[in-house]
Amino acid sequence: MGKAMANDRGALMIEMRHVDKWFGAFHVLKDINLEVRRQEVVVICGPSGSGKSTLIRTINRLEEHQRGDLIVDGTELTNDVKNIETVRREVGMVFQQFNLFPHLTVRGNVMLAPVWVRKLPKHEASALADELLRRVGIFDQAEKFPGQLSGGQQQRVAIARALAMQPRIMLFDEPTSALDPEMIKEVLDVMRELATGGMTMICVTHEMGFAREVADRMIFMDGGQIVEQAPPAQFFANPREERTRLFLSQILHH
Amino acid sequence: MTAPVSNPQALAADDAPPRREIGVWGWARRNLFRTWYDTLLTLCFGWLFYRIVAGLIGWGIVQAGFGTTPKACAGSQGACWAFIGDLWPLFFVGAYPHDARWRPALALLLVVALGLLTLWRRTRTRWLLACWLLAPLPILALIGGSATLGLAAVDSGLWGGLMLTLLLAVVGIVFGFPLGVVLALGRRSRLPVIRALSVGYIELIRGVPLITVLFMASIMLPLFFPSGFNPDKVLRAMIGITLFYAAYMAEVVRGGLQGLARGQEEAAAALGLTYWQTTAFIVLPQALRIVIPPMVGTFIALLKDTSLVAIVGLFDLLGIARTATANPNWLGRIVEAYVFAGIIYWVLCFSMSQASRRLELRFQTRAG
Repeated sequence: MGKAMANDRGALMIEMRHVDKWFGAFHVLKDINLEVRRQEVVVICGPSGSGKSTLIRTINRLEEHQRGDLIVDGTELTNDVKNIETVRREVGMVFQQFNLFPHLTVRGNVMLAPVWVRKLPKHEASALADELLRRVGIFDQAEKFPGQLSGGQQQRVAIARALAMQPRIMLFDEPTSALDPEMIKEVLDVMRELATGGMTMICVTHEMGFAREVADRMIFMDGGQIVEQAPPAQFFANPREERTRLFLSQILHH
Repeated sequence: MTAPVSNPQALAADDAPPRREIGVWGWARRNLFRTWYDTLLTLCFGWLFYRIVAGLIGWGIVQAGFGTTPKACAGSQGACWAFIGDLWPLFFVGAYPHDARWRPALALLLVVALGLLTLWRRTRTRWLLACWLLAPLPILALIGGSATLGLAAVDSGLWGGLMLTLLLAVVGIVFGFPLGVVLALGRRSRLPVIRALSVGYIELIRGVPLITVLFMASIMLPLFFPSGFNPDKVLRAMIGITLFYAAYMAEVVRGGLQGLARGQEEAAAALGLTYWQTTAFIVLPQALRIVIPPMVGTFIALLKDTSLVAIVGLFDLLGIARTATANPNWLGRIVEAYVFAGIIYWVLCFSMSQASRRLELRFQTRAG
């Protein structure tokens, strides 16, 4: 599938219209307008404090937005708890610090949500967990506890755990930032495979090689605003905005 | 600056440390006799230690009188353990009727048997848990009496000694702990009313001494209720201790809740778990594990504080110890009484702290 056809590939999955958010008096998200379609892979980059993490955390309501409309796969995010539950069931998230549950085994981590949220019978959830752990290459560690795994392995378990809810959208919040350099590739490989498989993804990351190769669209954020959006080829070769150019020159030539 | 490239000593084979640095002698040299004033302190404290231990052994064993009659102690300078030998059942069950003493003994046997089965891994099953949950029924029937089993009722005013201490402590822990967890969760609730109620309750209770609460429960409560409604004295003490210690346990649990990484709850929320699911499967299992040591500390304090029920006219282990010394045959054997009660308290508290260590170790090895 060609990158040029990205916007025609499917229905609207995420729609943000004039979204604003404040932390106290601090304006973190300023008039965000964003549409993400099915099977699209969007990479968000920008300096720290630009609001990129906050942006993706509003999509599954870990952060509340205070103005504007935010519709995820047909469900509008409001204070309605039912809607929030519906959206969280459809949206998986992977965190910078993995956030695995340290008191559960690897398999226990992956099985928890299918059993209690999707109400799958235990044996089905266990089979699902095994399949996903195979897919991310950690099946042989299923009985271990997260503290016994390397960072890269933990992050792959975290991806499997999110996938166990069979989400239609995956959010990645700097998934490789807390990893030692030699472990970044194993996590990016799993993410690349997900993208190839047609998952709708939004990734906040500084891995520009990955972005160039996998993204359908690049978004650059600064000061709580979306400064520029473009297909990666154009984004990296000819950024329109001065701020984008400056940012890229800083992270690409360090 | 670079380090010297060749260092002949670094290449030398490993050598044993000098002989005088190792073994018992080496340890003593390093820790006891390093300088002249270390040596002086060691000798002084060694002498003091010797005097105390020698004194204790002399008083408690060598010169002590054993047996069961006052004659055994005639003329002896040491402890009179004959006093304990004569009156020990009193320490265990208080004024409980003589001919029914087998009933609390049987109840104790039941608990000890269950306890032993719990220590043994192979019998640690669901059935055992069910037995534990059902155990209070036969125990209460044995101690309090039951018409169906043909056991004559024994008024709770006659319960006493170690039996009463354990009943108060176990009830206080078993009911106070869950209440404490609920209060701790309430204190962190996003609902302002629940938060205010929890904070108010915890701060109110922590602001008054246990004795006050016991007094309230035992003397003032009956004034508020219609005459004729006069709940059992032991039950009132149990309620008082439970309500009082729930507030302390709540603060201990809150410490554990605060020790939890914020990302844990976020990850659970992102997976779609509800508040109660997150609390039950993610938050509490981790928070309670963190607070095992301080929580057991609170349990131990509770056990020892049950001795305050003497103030409302109940005779727990310590109260009985005091009463026993009023026995005409054994007037004034107050030291023996307190030493004996102290040893029992120590055994109980030490077992609890050992159990807590075992529990901690088990979770440590599991979590890797």
